[in-house]
Amino acid sequence: MTHIKYTEQTTIAATGNTFVTEAFRQVEPDALCAYPITPQTTIVEKFAQLVADGDVATEYVCTESEHSAMTATIGAAAAGGRAYTATSAQGLAHMWEELYIASGLRLPIVMANVNRALSAPINIHGDHSDIMGARDTGWVMILAESPQEAYDNTIISTPVSEDLLLPVMSCLDGFITSHSIMRGDVAADATVKEFVGEYSPRDSLMFGEPRTVGPFANLGPTYMKVKKAQRDAMDRGLEVIKRVGDQWAEITGRSYDHVECWGMEDAERAIVVMGSAAGNARAVARSLREGGEKVGVVKIRTYRPFPLADVGAALAHVKAVAVLDRAETFSTLAGPLAKDTIAALFNAGVTVPVRNYIYGLGGNDVKLEQMYQVFDDLTKVDGDGIATSVNMTPRYLGIGPCSYEL
Amino acid sequence: MATPIKELALVPERLIGGHRLCGGCGASIAVRQVMMGAGPDADVVCGVATSCLQVSTTIYPFSSWKCSYMHNAFENVAANIAGVEAVYKGMKRAGKIDPDREIKFLAIGGDGGTYDIGLQALSGAAERGHDMVYVCYDNGAYMNTGIQRSSATPKGSWATTSEVGAIRPGKSTARKDLTSIMAAHHIPYVAQASVGYWKDLVSKAEKAFATEGFAFLNILAPCPRGWRHGLDQTTIVGRSAVDTGFWPLFEVENGDWKMTMPAKTRQGLKPVTEFLEMQGRFKHLFKPGNEHLLVEAQEDVDAYYAYLKERCGEA
Repeated sequence: MTHIKYTEQTTIAATGNTFVTEAFRQVEPDALCAYPITPQTTIVEKFAQLVADGDVATEYVCTESEHSAMTATIGAAAAGGRAYTATSAQGLAHMWEELYIASGLRLPIVMANVNRALSAPINIHGDHSDIMGARDTGWVMILAESPQEAYDNTIISTPVSEDLLLPVMSCLDGFITSHSIMRGDVAADATVKEFVGEYSPRDSLMFGEPRTVGPFANLGPTYMKVKKAQRDAMDRGLEVIKRVGDQWAEITGRSYDHVECWGMEDAERAIVVMGSAAGNARAVARSLREGGEKVGVVKIRTYRPFPLADVGAALAHVKAVAVLDRAETFSTLAGPLAKDTIAALFNAGVTVPVRNYIYGLGGNDVKLEQMYQVFDDLTKVDGDGIATSVNMTPRYLGIGPCSYEL
Repeated sequence: MATPIKELALVPERLIGGHRLCGGCGASIAVRQVMMGAGPDADVVCGVATSCLQVSTTIYPFSSWKCSYMHNAFENVAANIAGVEAVYKGMKRAGKIDPDREIKFLAIGGDGGTYDIGLQALSGAAERGHDMVYVCYDNGAYMNTGIQRSSATPKGSWATTSEVGAIRPGKSTARKDLTSIMAAHHIPYVAQASVGYWKDLVSKAEKAFATEGFAFLNILAPCPRGWRHGLDQTTIVGRSAVDTGFWPLFEVENGDWKMTMPAKTRQGLKPVTEFLEMQGRFKHLFKPGNEHLLVEAQEDVDAYYAYLKERCGEA
């Protein structure tokens, strides 16, 4: 494989995984410890080729499991190097214990997660089941809609993680984003190197005085103080991500917002969504707008920390909200993004009807008809008697006859 | 190869006193002797799996470790130190570490963290050939959590999850032969040692640290609490394990199997009952009606010893 050596921002057509690998190559971490899993595989395959060609100095460790992949990444980060990894689905679930150790030890780590369904039944396609299981593990989570965003988010992740001393997950949807080719712009290698800068770890097993990392905090309030410090770092996250995102925007011309709004200036009905399905929602909203309907779309890009105020502000003037969840959490409450959105609405003092939809599980087609149906449903709840309720029971899209024909 | 004891005595302690391990703990003796093998000037980064050794030596805000130390979790110390070694290689290649600097990477786990839950990470790190030393301190049960059986627990032993009762005489299956399993990885150096024979142990640790690539040491480390013997009996029990053939000393260097048993055992092994009767965990075997269990124990030792002699070309 040959890869392009960029001298300036260059437009290419490539898959999301290629864009992520380009970000990995340009940052050139000191270690990449990973285990192959569909649909992440092409990231580690492409990286293995870079290693084989001598194009990166990175030590590539192809571990025997994702548990060891995250463990070795943690070891590498604690040792004082830049440490990256990538996974999907069962791999992320297999890392679960280590996700908490990475964040609890306050290690700056970057992981690309190619979002995929969790077994059982086994299914290799895209949804958010895997990342929703990791949403409370103390990781910053940024979701891409497109290959371009996957690239930008991955590059932004390094300075963010090193500033906050928190691990960062750069997430893209399996197959839809990871394996679809789209055009996008890639910065020059030197630009990226300068943007992420030389890394000097705060603590290290290899440099300076000997360190004891990971002691036994079994007595008194130490454990709780550590958790509070993690919380404080996460609270600082929105500001830091925005600042780093803005710096990257100055170089690339591509803006970063935690929450991206379309048509929300005067929208009466809104869809809240994350990841690749945002495009479908926007396409339908655009077509409804042409018919004079006041609809809009709110896309969440920063998921952890959750941009509570931004979501609340985006939805401050709507009459009804539909939240689309690409994961089922079996809580008998609404889906995870819906619960977060409801918290944002409550926090902003916005009392409008909220409907929740589960869509696209296991890569189930996300069709435009579904978006039309959702916007249509919202016409039935805004302003009528049922309007004020928050319905915590989600409706499933795409598993039966669709009531709305395109 | 072996460094004189006068010089070993000058090797600075990397695990210092003040830790909370029990009196007579075999683990701390094992660590001390292993660290002697690293030599006085080595730059050591050490990882320890969740274990007595871990919880007793790093009670926040204190640490007994004079070298850099890391604890991650129970089942993954091999992968954790593999990651440290990997980033060292990457940073050296990138010119971020002085090319003359050499760091020794050491991973330590108990038998639970090695034979059982940590076996996969250990096997993976060995196969990938990380330049590191893995030490298993084998005390034959999950001592840290209260003497539950592991796959290193000997047949016939009492443990709190292989209880002795009216119809069951302790653990019914043989312990896993982890040292042979590691030798089957065809890594450059594998050895079995006991804290009862310090000179043999230190010399094996020296070889392990001098090895380029993955080295594995399986060290018998008696536990007075779990084995039910006196605090002052640790090294005596550790010697008896060797003298009776219960825990033979051997090494596999680049595929070459070699017995390293003390010369006195050339005259024959002592009966295994000598080792068993020192410990409360085997006391039920000596009760009337259990004679056949003692016979079986001796047969198992003889069979394993014959297997080893064959591997070592001494049969």
